[in-house]
Amino acid sequence: MLLSTRGLSKQFAGLRAVEGVDFDLPKGEIHALIGPNGAGKTTLVGMISGRIAPTAGRVLFDGQDITRLPAHRRMRLGMAYTFQITSVFARLSVAENVALAARRRAHGGQVNAVIDEVLERVGLPDRKDQEAGDLAYGHQRLLEIAMGIAQRPRLLILDEPTQGLAEGEIEGFKILIRDLAQEATILLIEHNMHVVMELAGRITVMNFGAVLAEGTPEQIRASREVQAAYLGGTSDAAAG
Amino acid sequence: MRVYGLHAGLIALLLALHFVLPAYHHGNLARVMVLASYAMGYNLLFGYTGLLSLGHALFFAAGMYGMGLGVQHLGLSPAPALLAGLGAGAVVSAGLAALALRTGGVAFMIVTLMFAQAGYLTVLYFGAYTRGDEGFVIQQAQRMLWGIDLSDPGNRYLAALILFGCCLMLSLWLVRAPFGRVLVAIRENEERVRMLGYDVFAHKFAAMVISGTMAGAAGAAYGLLFGYAGATFASVQYSIFPLLWVLLGGAGTVLGPFIGTLFMFYLIDLSSGITTAYMLIAGVALVLLTLFAPQGLMGEVRRRLWRGLP
Repeated sequence: MLLSTRGLSKQFAGLRAVEGVDFDLPKGEIHALIGPNGAGKTTLVGMISGRIAPTAGRVLFDGQDITRLPAHRRMRLGMAYTFQITSVFARLSVAENVALAARRRAHGGQVNAVIDEVLERVGLPDRKDQEAGDLAYGHQRLLEIAMGIAQRPRLLILDEPTQGLAEGEIEGFKILIRDLAQEATILLIEHNMHVVMELAGRITVMNFGAVLAEGTPEQIRASREVQAAYLGGTSDAAAG
Repeated sequence: MRVYGLHAGLIALLLALHFVLPAYHHGNLARVMVLASYAMGYNLLFGYTGLLSLGHALFFAAGMYGMGLGVQHLGLSPAPALLAGLGAGAVVSAGLAALALRTGGVAFMIVTLMFAQAGYLTVLYFGAYTRGDEGFVIQQAQRMLWGIDLSDPGNRYLAALILFGCCLMLSLWLVRAPFGRVLVAIRENEERVRMLGYDVFAHKFAAMVISGTMAGAAGAAYGLLFGYAGATFASVQYSIFPLLWVLLGGAGTVLGPFIGTLFMFYLIDLSSGITTAYMLIAGVALVLLTLFAPQGLMGEVRRRLWRGLP
């Protein structure tokens, strides 16, 4: 297992945002985390990445207990995290955004090589010198992913990466993620069921802060529990 | 290369001015260069890291008294006294950084302001040694550095230029190095920097110590070159000055602190020649500048002429 959580819980002022989650993520998988708004997905991922301190439970990364490690130390162990709300350095150039991500591992001339490589990969090679804040929204999301790749992570956590992307951009995104899965394990919070059903090897469904179901896309689609709680019967998932 | 040429060119220009300036402006420029070194230290923390300190007078004064008390009471010669000032700036800024960096934003401003006030009161409290507001003069005989008389205007100018040149080149190198790039990124988006795997606290801490040490070096040099140490330099006024200079010259530009200090110095100097209400003229000029060049003079140059200016 690359990542495991045991009994992971978080209470915010009496509210149980996440309750006793046991979660396992083997190496090399594309794993999707789905659930209605307020189900605790972002809180769970926040505890995994170190942005939020858990009230109880443990997080294990590659066999090491990282529950008490601050976020930046976890990133150094090989995690990368892209934000739900686009969080690039708006007043810095696209190249500098990627360079900041790359410099933790690469030095000197290597940095430029990494910048060229990852911008090529996400399809922004001609935007290097532009200010990141001037990019179109979809391109800023791609830049976020480029910053994730530049860190050469073993685990890439993407929090709603397709939110606000156009149809055509989503197609490109799916190709990019499949390509990335060759080298990194991917944990994806996603609302777009087409994306989830096509990309994910396994899916975890959360509701009211707990894991409701886990399985392959087929199993999730067939689960009555999930349909009742989340998919609302037939609509999206059946079509996907 | 063009960038290093520009900054080295300024140092060369200041050296050339040493030979041609009339005595009055020559003396002014020596003072401006030392104060600009102080402002450059301030700029590293405020302009590049985005931390607004209202307590830098504490570091300036730590350097000044670290040097001055060493000379006055321990009989140190200038070289070890300067080192004592530098060390005092480093130790005091490390101490304050460890405490104040636990806060952020407005709380950081208040904590730094309060500690600087405490420092000012400490100087007054130990009046037996510091002579409080009145201060003490460092005699000519105590200002001989390796046989060079630092009270001589020519030597003083060159000493100020050496300090200024070191601070300028150090700033330039620092903000272009990976470390400085991370500081800028912290200013822009701290949480993102943390989630890229950088230790934000360690970077801020280092920035504050470098900033405070540079301010301390400027304070020590100021006391030694102009032969006086007094409590005024620890007062809140001297915490506000570098903020003003940096804002006017352009926060987050390497040349901004010098331009801002020079501008403000001569603004007050010239307007006080015209009227006794010189602060009014200075005030109006500042308001106009804030309206039409909100990013400061060098910030405007960067925006309009040279986008890559560090």
